[in-house]
Amino acid sequence: MLPSLGYGILVITLLVLIYSVAVAIYGEVKKSAAMVESARRAMLLALPLITVASAILIYLLINDRYDVEYVWSVTNRSMPMYLKITAWWGGQPGSLLFWSWLLSSFTSAVTLRKWDRDRELLPWVLVVTGITLAFFISLNVFFENPFKLVPAGVSIPLDGRGLNPLLRHPGMIIHPPAQYLGFVAFTIPFAFAIAALITGRTDDRWIRITRRWTLWAWLFLSLGLVLGMRWAYDVLGWGGYWGWDPVEIAALMPWLTGTAFLHSVMIQEKRGMLKHWNMILIILTFDLVIFGTFLTRSGVLSSVHAFAQSEIGPLFFVFIVFIFVASFALLIHRWVDLKSETEMKSMLSREALFLLNNLLFLSILVVSFWGVMFPLISELFTGSKVTVGPPFYERATGPLWGALMLLMGVAPLSAWGHSTIKTLGRSIWKPAVAALIAPIWALIAGITNWVALIGFTLIALVITVSIREFWRGAQARSKRSGESFFSELWKLIKRNRRRYGGYIIHISMVLMGIGIIGIELFQSDTQQHLGIGDQVELAGYTVQYDRLDQFRHEDGRFITRGEMSLSKDGKDLGTLAPRYDLYPDGQPMTIPAVRSTLVDDVYIILVNWEGITAESTPFKVYHNPLVKWVWIGGYVFIAGIIIAAWRDEEEEKI
Amino acid sequence: MKKFNILLLLIILLSLFSIGTVAAQGGTEEISDDEVNAIASQLFCPVCENTPLDVCETQACKQWRELIRLQLSEGATEAEVKQYFVDNYGARVLSEPPREGFSLLVYFVPPVIILLGIFILFRAFKQWQKNDEDEADASTTEASPVSASETSDPEDDYLARFEEELRKKD
Amino acid sequence: MTENTPENTAPKRGMPLWVQITVWTVLVALLVVVFMGLQRAKEGNVQAGAETGEFDFTMPLFEGYEYEGAEEISLTELRGKIVVLNFWASWCVTCKDEAVELEEAWRLYQPEGEVVFVGVDYVDTEPEARGYLETYDITYPNGPDMGTQISQAFRIQGVPETYFLDRDGVVQHVQKGPFRSTEQILNIVNTLLAE
Repeated sequence: MLPSLGYGILVITLLVLIYSVAVAIYGEVKKSAAMVESARRAMLLALPLITVASAILIYLLINDRYDVEYVWSVTNRSMPMYLKITAWWGGQPGSLLFWSWLLSSFTSAVTLRKWDRDRELLPWVLVVTGITLAFFISLNVFFENPFKLVPAGVSIPLDGRGLNPLLRHPGMIIHPPAQYLGFVAFTIPFAFAIAALITGRTDDRWIRITRRWTLWAWLFLSLGLVLGMRWAYDVLGWGGYWGWDPVEIAALMPWLTGTAFLHSVMIQEKRGMLKHWNMILIILTFDLVIFGTFLTRSGVLSSVHAFAQSEIGPLFFVFIVFIFVASFALLIHRWVDLKSETEMKSMLSREALFLLNNLLFLSILVVSFWGVMFPLISELFTGSKVTVGPPFYERATGPLWGALMLLMGVAPLSAWGHSTIKTLGRSIWKPAVAALIAPIWALIAGITNWVALIGFTLIALVITVSIREFWRGAQARSKRSGESFFSELWKLIKRNRRRYGGYIIHISMVLMGIGIIGIELFQSDTQQHLGIGDQVELAGYTVQYDRLDQFRHEDGRFITRGEMSLSKDGKDLGTLAPRYDLYPDGQPMTIPAVRSTLVDDVYIILVNWEGITAESTPFKVYHNPLVKWVWIGGYVFIAGIIIAAWRDEEEEKI
Repeated sequence: MKKFNILLLLIILLSLFSIGTVAAQGGTEEISDDEVNAIASQLFCPVCENTPLDVCETQACKQWRELIRLQLSEGATEAEVKQYFVDNYGARVLSEPPREGFSLLVYFVPPVIILLGIFILFRAFKQWQKNDEDEADASTTEASPVSASETSDPEDDYLARFEEELRKKD
Repeated sequence: MTENTPENTAPKRGMPLWVQITVWTVLVALLVVVFMGLQRAKEGNVQAGAETGEFDFTMPLFEGYEYEGAEEISLTELRGKIVVLNFWASWCVTCKDEAVELEEAWRLYQPEGEVVFVGVDYVDTEPEARGYLETYDITYPNGPDMGTQISQAFRIQGVPETYFLDRDGVVQHVQKGPFRSTEQILNIVNTLLAE
């Protein structure tokens, strides 16, 4: 009964959305405010409807209703309650429903805003968000029904298959919601951009309305990426966090265009330029979100974390054709209206440097996109499969990331509208000299890798420049007002959240850069078969193998646990216990033991596939220098973006 | 005496030779996991998707690692092992497409597009600057206080700009 | 705000035609590639009725597993005979379920010479593969699928998979997964022999 009810609600939701879209268009054509209002109200129904459908699904999940295929495929009786709830997004049908639920929350929020001053955008925002939501709901309705029952005649299974062990990690519980939030939230700025194109209201109104939406979308997208990296590091057991897998790149691509967009909208706001370009960027971002989702969910590309073969491909393809063609056609149609109000003055002005930043982000996008598509292209045209792996991306994007760091160091010092080599040089030489401390220090510490030295110099430059901006601003205000430095600093940040939040984000990015340089250039590892009492030496550390336990956990897992004591220069640094869990269904999970400090991580895994005995246990020990800075950068990043995206009292007047 | 010398030489040569073979045999016994992984990490598992051979857990991957070990113990170089894998399992085992034929596209297309982007951006700059010169006389609207202070102290320059930006914000 | 004073900038018309053409070409090319990829993903393995003439192959054979003394075997030279093409690998667990049955069937047909069994060893290591062949006492021609050329031509989805080719080299039957019994193999081959 309940499953049918759930499915029925999804069908009704789809009908309501179709009504909303149709009436919004009709009302707009007939200039009928009442009809548009009706469409708006219909749209508001989507959230409660999808919430009820999701509640039903969660109810089925926590009550072990194995007569429902989805429940059977992602849960089992031994799973704790919180995992049963999060199994909502543990498989294709459920995660599509989850996606729709998030999107409907966003559409509701945007539908409820005050529309008085931009009434003409409303119907088109309803149409764009409505079509997108209707598309995702129809995937559930027609192809991936989460409420599908096991076929009649087949006996109802007594227990489910259970969630993939790799997904039973806290990181995996919050990573998908964050990632999906980031993906779906870009629908809102896209909808306003399209509404602006259709109505011809091509001033920067749409940008001002969606400014904070974009920042929040970007926050969640970035958060999703960082959490995904953390999950990979803690769970996948290969000593790294980023493998340039198609799914990872699919999440990175909208982030690249989204980041470029965040920068270039500032030029439009300040100088009224680049209207075309901002439209292109927001359209690209949304299209890449949809395209990336398609690539990883339709079975076109194969990847470690792709969903299994699915039937949703063709409908998804139709949707992609529709949004690509429609958005580009609109853009070309309105091209002439999107004229700049002013002109670029200097190649070194801040807006010029922002454009350079955009060029770099898009270059990284080109490399990533081509790298993801090439195996498919190669297979189609030559019949031979190829792999485009990490070395390709690292070599191609490394210098581009470096150039971006240089820009982060230079751009805050250049002026809007006007800058020359002389003015720029005068403001940069002090931080540049200060930044030289970093490579000198690194040289003294014995690092001679020139890539690392350049990287550390750039990182130090960005940090000194950014901190100096805070200091100079607060200093200047404090001199003028006579108030204390810190209260002025506080006011300064409060007054101009986006600017100073942005600097904090710059700092967070280069902090992550420290970790990335550490692991990319200085990672070392060794794999050894050890007997109890044996020792391994790696990068100055000594790891001694003390004991091995093998036992069955009460939930059915068979656990193999090694105990190692770690020491450096004779000093005991504690015990590390890497584990290998074999789940009852035969799924293995490698759980690394990590000792993490600001300087380096010692990361040990049990290499179970070679076979384990107490006399000869294979261990792999990684030495990952500086990797903790990736996570530190992640925290700083969240702080920075919350500052930047926080509700600003004065902005609400817009 | 001369005969003895030759005999001695022969003995020395023989013993050297045998030491040589013993040493070589000693080498063949011990190919460490690290030596295997050094090559395996550059190769991809031919049946899994995007999984490097050194971290792949399947039975098949275990066999391939043993194959690398065997080949190394027979004296194969890294390049020879890789070539063997390509011949047997196709180009997809390499972490990058081979630099030949159709696969060259993967290396050439991104730089061409990026260069095109640079060209377009550069041309746009030139265009903007030209327009700027054209209306140089009339350009009063956008003259910011910054440009006026170009010759003054950079600190003042900064402050002026800073105040200007804060004003805009208000 | 919508209308800007035109004097403000250099006269700009719409998007230049060549840019429009380029954008649409790139977009269409991308969509076509994606569409073809989607087709390919849905297509699956070579189905019954497919001509193998387009993708003839020559396969080297393991020592001791030669075909009539030759160290290579090619599909065209087997025209006029029924070909049972079996994809397998030593790391494949379910392949072991059918190894005995395949060999049994082969020994029944071998004397008449009308049917040829060919084992294609899919991405395997030679020492292990030889061990497998010896364990199951396999005698029909076997060789490695060099560079996965053959398995790609048949677009196999996994191992084991077996393709039955008639005398004209046309695929007549496909078995995905292991055979349950020797009779199952015999039935399929006998139907082909009777044609």
